[in-house]
Amino acid sequence: MGEISRKVLIVDDEPNIVTALEFLFRRSGYDVRLANNGAEALEQVDSYRPDVVLLDVMMPVKSGYEVCQKLRERSDLAQVKIVMLSAKGSEAEVNKGLSLGADLYITKPFSTQELVVAIDRLFDAGGAPKQ
Amino acid sequence: MRVPKGIARWVIAACAGVLAVLGIGAALQYLAAAPEQRPELIALVGDGLPTVFVGAVILMVAAGMTASWLFRRHPHAARQLAEQSRGLLAAERGVRVATTGAPPLAELATVINQLADAYHRIEQDLEARSAETRARVEEERDRFAALMSELSQGVLVCNVDGRILLYNPRAVELLAPSASDGKAGDYTLLGLGRSVLALLDRNQVAHALDLIQHQLAHVDRPQARFVAAVANGGLLRVQVAPFHGAERRLAGMVFTLDDVSSLIGRESQRLLLLQSLATGVRAPVANLRAAAENLASFPDMPADRRAQFVDIAVAEARTLTERLNTALFEYADALKGSLTLEDMRAADLLAVAQRRISEALQLPVTIEDVDADLWLRVDSFAIAHAMTFLAARLVNDYDLRAFRLRAGSGGGFAEVDLVWTGAIVGSDALSLWEGEPMRIGSDETPLTLRDVLERHGSEAWLQVDKIRQISRFRLLLPRGRALAPAPYRGTAVASRPEFYDFDLFNRIEVVGALAERKLSELSYTVFDTETTGLEPSGGDEIISIGAVRIVNGRVLRQEVFEQLVNPLRPISPESTAIHGIDGRQLASEPTIDKVLPRFHRFCEDTVLVAHNAAFDMRFLELKEAAIGVRFGQPVLDTLLLSVVVHPSMDRHNLDAIAERVGVRVIGRHTALGDALLTSEVFLRLVPLLAERGIVTLAQALEASRATYHARLRY
Repeated sequence: MGEISRKVLIVDDEPNIVTALEFLFRRSGYDVRLANNGAEALEQVDSYRPDVVLLDVMMPVKSGYEVCQKLRERSDLAQVKIVMLSAKGSEAEVNKGLSLGADLYITKPFSTQELVVAIDRLFDAGGAPKQ
Repeated sequence: MRVPKGIARWVIAACAGVLAVLGIGAALQYLAAAPEQRPELIALVGDGLPTVFVGAVILMVAAGMTASWLFRRHPHAARQLAEQSRGLLAAERGVRVATTGAPPLAELATVINQLADAYHRIEQDLEARSAETRARVEEERDRFAALMSELSQGVLVCNVDGRILLYNPRAVELLAPSASDGKAGDYTLLGLGRSVLALLDRNQVAHALDLIQHQLAHVDRPQARFVAAVANGGLLRVQVAPFHGAERRLAGMVFTLDDVSSLIGRESQRLLLLQSLATGVRAPVANLRAAAENLASFPDMPADRRAQFVDIAVAEARTLTERLNTALFEYADALKGSLTLEDMRAADLLAVAQRRISEALQLPVTIEDVDADLWLRVDSFAIAHAMTFLAARLVNDYDLRAFRLRAGSGGGFAEVDLVWTGAIVGSDALSLWEGEPMRIGSDETPLTLRDVLERHGSEAWLQVDKIRQISRFRLLLPRGRALAPAPYRGTAVASRPEFYDFDLFNRIEVVGALAERKLSELSYTVFDTETTGLEPSGGDEIISIGAVRIVNGRVLRQEVFEQLVNPLRPISPESTAIHGIDGRQLASEPTIDKVLPRFHRFCEDTVLVAHNAAFDMRFLELKEAAIGVRFGQPVLDTLLLSVVVHPSMDRHNLDAIAERVGVRVIGRHTALGDALLTSEVFLRLVPLLAERGIVTLAQALEASRATYHARLRY
């Protein structure tokens, strides 16, 4: 690949899905970093500067909603796409996630291929990734 | 005033007596005198005769006048006084008896006047007091009626025999026949004096009564509960409790009714969701597991086999996802909130929250915007408490001075916002507060905000507009179903519906012993029919039945039966001229075999009354065998009763009787209109019959039989 890879930060405390997603995004040409919980994710964001954050909602220490809100409070991170993944996914939760600034809210289980396609589409709609 | 003849005669007799004595005196003097002196005596008397005559006349007049004067002063004055005194009882206040006559009578008259004054004072006093009591009772009845009609629960009160003494409009709604089995305005089996067993399952009620009977001895407030399916397809939660009359005797039962159809509907939805997940997920999981375990256990399997198992795993995972999503989508409602939430208007919730926050924190709270048509399904107490708790935390930690409230719809949800300007609150504050027990001042509940949100299947978050310095806590609450506004039922005395009748408390129905019951105490169904013509045996048919019930001497205008009937034959023009109904109107109406069983249920346990009942009964009787109902109850005929009461009158048609007994004639010539008129007439006839010594049903039937008109045959 000639251009610089998009950077994805995967934040989830469940190792099985993390393994699968890491594999999937690397194979799809992304640069991947992992975080086990919300607090770790906030640290990583500053050092790593991802283009997209895959954020699980139910996590210890800090929930996905909180991380999302913290990220959206910072204007320097406005370009970062936030995709929330949740096993709960009631209408109210989806509503809350999107209200707090998530770009996508995806309920588990989901199709891995469709996830990648949906994220690619986010960038197409929102312009080119940061170089 | 004339002196009575007796007195005059007595005066004349007295005078005659005096003259006779004088005459006899003279005669004796004449006989006693010596014969030579007799001519002298005759001459003497002859000379004095004119004087004696004049003296006698003067004496008579004087005696007459004295007698008259004495009469006027004594016996007559006494009699007049008695008459006037009698008049005083009925007279207005201030009327006096005359204080003329002899001094002792005048004194008596004065005393009578004083007594009359005292009597009128007491009477006036009593009247004022009873008017006051009446007004208070009326007011209490009105308040009670208003209270009953506002209750969201249905209430039925029965006496020990299960006869209904009271019901409220909500009970009517809950027990009304559904739209498919009856028309609007149709009757229900709910009515004063009717049996509760016709409305609720006999066995369930009996079981509840057994339970209560059992508890009575050792429980303070015995009660029983059951869920009953009712005729309109609804499910009611019924609570039964006894109430006591004088001397702690069991006086009856109170039934409270709640509609739990939707609650139970959602409960069963949850069950279905679980079942659908259990059955829908089992098979794909089994397949997936078998494929995965094969792949793991046999790493040396041939490549085509491996590919086959991998395909199976992928396909089954996809199926599993689909089934899960379908089940969750189909039963989405089942997951929305707890079963105990109630539907309420967002505006009402905000008003409650506004009052609670401003009272608890002594701060101004304004409602900035609320969608009037927005309904929520909430536990309003818990939500208002949660909002007050949030406000209290904000005031405590951020020193806020004022709040605003707002509610609007957001997708399938309602957004309820607690809004303030100024202080920017950190986003982690809410997640901290969500887990705390909600304490407001000294009010503490072990519930946390998170608990409350979870019960509602809802979410809350903080939204900040940094530029405008406006922050809001947003609660995303489930939307509710708009409840139909309760029809305005007013509480005017004049139009108060006859939904209750406490006089029934003291009545015990004994079926079979009706004959000796008083006419004034019986329950009646007064009915009328309209027909295609006048010859029931010649094929004429009923086209309309109207009926109304009389219970305890009152016409129950709320409990009527009115039904047009398709006669399946043409209507004679003469009939149409009377009732104005033609065949086309009746084509879509039910036929008599559908209507008669319902009418039969309507008049169960009552005495039938009709004007010229023989005519209507003939039509009913001709149908009995074919339809399989029998109208075996006693029948009274207002025509015959009118003949009994007014035997010398010629005309006994309904209009004539109504006029005679003082009932205004309106709305005639519809079956219901005539039934209503007949019922009024009947009630007026009952006291007139009593004047003739006809008090019981047996006496009324016997008197009817004895009249000439009873021999009429159609």
